[in-house]
Amino acid sequence: MVATDPTTQRAEATQHTGPEVLTGAQITCRAIEAEGVTTVFGYPGGAVIPLYDAIPDSGLHHVLTRFEQWSGMAAIGYARATGKVGCCIATSGPGATNLVTALADAMLDSVPIVAITGQVIEPLIGRDGFQEVDITGITLPVTKHNYIVHNVADIATTIKEAFYLARSGRPGPVLVDIPKNIFVAKTEYIPAKLTPRKSYQPTTIPNMRQVRLAADEIAQAKRPLIMAGHGVILSGAEAEFTELVEKTGIPTIFTLLGLGAMDEMHPLAIGMMGMHGHRRANRALDECDLLINFGARFDDRATGNLSGFAPNARVIHVDIDPAEIGKNVKTAVPVVGDIKEVLKLLTPEVKAGDHSAWRTWIEGQHNRVLRAALEDRPAWPEPYAIIKEIADATGHEAIVTTDVGQHQMWAAQHLGVKHGKRWITSGGLGTMGFGLPSAVGAKMGRPDLEVWTIIGDGGFQMSGTELATAVQENLDINIAIINNGYLGMVRQWQDLFHARNYSEVAISGPDFVKLAEAYGATGIRVRTDAEIRPAIEKARSIKGPVLIDFVVEPEANVYPMVAPGASNSQMIEGRKEEE
Amino acid sequence: MESTHTLVLLVEDHPGVLNRVVSLMRRRSFNIDSITVGHSEQVGVSRMTIQLRGNSEDIEQAGKQLYKLLEVVKVIDLQPNEAMIRELVLVKVAAKGAVRAEVVQTASIYGARVLDATPSSVMIEMSGGEEEIESFLTMMRIYGIREMVRSGKVALPRVLSKKTDRQTRQMNPLAAD
Ligand SMILES: Cc1cc2nc3c(=O)[nH]c(=O)nc-3n(C[C@H](O)[C@H](O)[C@H](O)COP(=O)(O)OP(=O)(O)OC[C@H]3O[C@@H](n4cnc5c(N)ncnc54)[C@H](O)[C@@H]3O)c2cc1C
Ligand SMILES: Cc1ncc(C[n+]2csc(CCOP(=O)(O)OP(=O)(O)O)c2C)c(N)n1
Ligand SMILES: [Mg+2]
Repeated sequence: MVATDPTTQRAEATQHTGPEVLTGAQITCRAIEAEGVTTVFGYPGGAVIPLYDAIPDSGLHHVLTRFEQWSGMAAIGYARATGKVGCCIATSGPGATNLVTALADAMLDSVPIVAITGQVIEPLIGRDGFQEVDITGITLPVTKHNYIVHNVADIATTIKEAFYLARSGRPGPVLVDIPKNIFVAKTEYIPAKLTPRKSYQPTTIPNMRQVRLAADEIAQAKRPLIMAGHGVILSGAEAEFTELVEKTGIPTIFTLLGLGAMDEMHPLAIGMMGMHGHRRANRALDECDLLINFGARFDDRATGNLSGFAPNARVIHVDIDPAEIGKNVKTAVPVVGDIKEVLKLLTPEVKAGDHSAWRTWIEGQHNRVLRAALEDRPAWPEPYAIIKEIADATGHEAIVTTDVGQHQMWAAQHLGVKHGKRWITSGGLGTMGFGLPSAVGAKMGRPDLEVWTIIGDGGFQMSGTELATAVQENLDINIAIINNGYLGMVRQWQDLFHARNYSEVAISGPDFVKLAEAYGATGIRVRTDAEIRPAIEKARSIKGPVLIDFVVEPEANVYPMVAPGASNSQMIEGRKEEE
Repeated sequence: MESTHTLVLLVEDHPGVLNRVVSLMRRRSFNIDSITVGHSEQVGVSRMTIQLRGNSEDIEQAGKQLYKLLEVVKVIDLQPNEAMIRELVLVKVAAKGAVRAEVVQTASIYGARVLDATPSSVMIEMSGGEEEIESFLTMMRIYGIREMVRSGKVALPRVLSKKTDRQTRQMNPLAAD
């Protein structure tokens, strides 16, 4: 209905009367809307009451989370599911500090979000005013950039630039701190235009000479290996990337955040690399003579000990951030640019190759021990089997978010991610509590897709309050708790590296089924293999949030595992690492 | 090989920029020996001179990280043979009675200026390159340095700046390709 569309009404009003005089709070809403954002996640408080006064009359849908950190994580989930900028709001002081972990999470995983925080009135700044913290000081190392606004006339331009910085170049979190008196001050609202800064010009188009050098290296390599990172997905280049892989026939491995860069079930997709990567992916790294990294920052969980990393390979590194090149791994051919742009130039330059012998060798590294082990399966549902059933039931089409821990690694190993932006996990910061709020954000951003979140019993007890948010927004989210009664990942380290000294890792919890019901959601408990699939199907058929409490073996470990500080070739192989 | 490098930063003259630069250097574990900030010839642009130690990879990484700060317009790694690198030092030297004339005479050998005197001391201003200053201070220590302040290094390339960009290594983020 055009007549009630606030934007149209306003446009008409502007035509008749010239620029409107608005409060800083109203301008903040307008400026956010102007960026194409329709959903914000937040929590009110003193310094932002004027902003909340303006929200109901704006075009913004505000989702009230139960903790500001989860507003931030929801914004991250929204951004990672949609590729758009996520936006969150918090009040000054404790509200703002509660956002810090989410900003750090977005910083490490290059996620575009904008946080708006209220600040005490300007005369109180620097005098320890009530709920005053120096949030721009505190967040300096965990934001791509941050601002404090001192003039109501600067709000629109600042927010415009904040969104631009968040999404352009290497994406990241940007914070805008606005004192309460600026929210209530008034000025004429003129939609902002972006003024380019001399000091900020990310390189998106690569140097053609470097592209040709890369193509030459690829033509000469005998055992080339492609490594796909988060950058492929951040660039929205999944299709172009798959095209390059298919044209060259080069086997491809993934970082944790690169899963989804191409269909993991593709015959050229080898699997995940790193600490809990697939055996054959890590073995391929040992043997390759050329490693072509697209948009991964060679994190230590991915590379293992650098001295033993890809020991026989020359390295091509494609990244939009020049500072990533040579930061951790010596690079023969750097290519600075946006992956999509790089592929436009690179794919035509490469030739089709035959790497069948090399591929056969890699496939031979696959560990098939599990098949036999399946015979003496315990009574418990196996965590990996639950993951596989979810993937199978959803046809690998659902968005899956995870929390942090063993369940996260099992999910990474067994899900089979088909598309970019449908695998959302906290990689660099590894923030427990991430699973549920990021699923809330993802569902808000992609209501058309089925959304699952896979969470540990520990992590669920950090952010389980977001069940209330999901119920309040009536979101179709399915929650799978992999309940092992332990802070499992820490217990695994204590098991393997600290002589089974299980210090403070046994964790009790509430009756999750009853808890779900108390929140007005549906709860299901699964104790046997036979119950797994029916429970999943039931969850899929029920509207609103559904929680399944999968009670699993308490002491199962994730394998393979590269011990911290060891090389990727030194995998500790369990009995049941892969199927 | 570790050596001392002189980075020149042109930065937008905004509040908090110095904080951003220093915080970044600390967080990434770069060792700053000296840092100075002041106006440049361009309105709205400040010039920072940072001396730090590291091998060439460290310095390159520092330059690239600095470029990621929104306010940093340019980073130049000044080569010592292509630049004048100077520092200002003020020293208060013990100088009673007969020694006084000797102190003043020694100072004049270095082209230093006496700024102030009390019955027991003189204050001397000296500017110069690292070696000159060290040599001067060695001499002054003989008489006894009561109090001292050093400004930190400032530097300018010898040739006109257009040419300098090409000659000295401008740490352009695109240098990678
Ligand atoms: C319990 C746990 C276990 C883990 N185990 C593993 C493991 O076994 N294996 C593993 O790989 N990881 C593992 N991780 C994750 C790991 O810590 C890192 O988060 C991950 O390896 C980073 O992946 P990435 O480099 O692809 O993504 P990011 O860290 O997001 O880096 C993305 C890179 O792409 C670049 N980029 C961004 N946009 C573009 C663009 N448009 N064009 C070009 N480049 C771009 C960025 O500059 C950056 O360098 C684990 C994490 C946890 C919590
Ligand atoms: C906020 C936070 N605190 C602590 C940790 C350290 N940590 C990593 S995994 C883990 C255990 C998680 O337990 P649970 O959620 O039950 O998952 P599981 O490993 O059992 O699957 C802990 C404590 C963390 N990653 N994040
Ligand atoms: Mg657990």
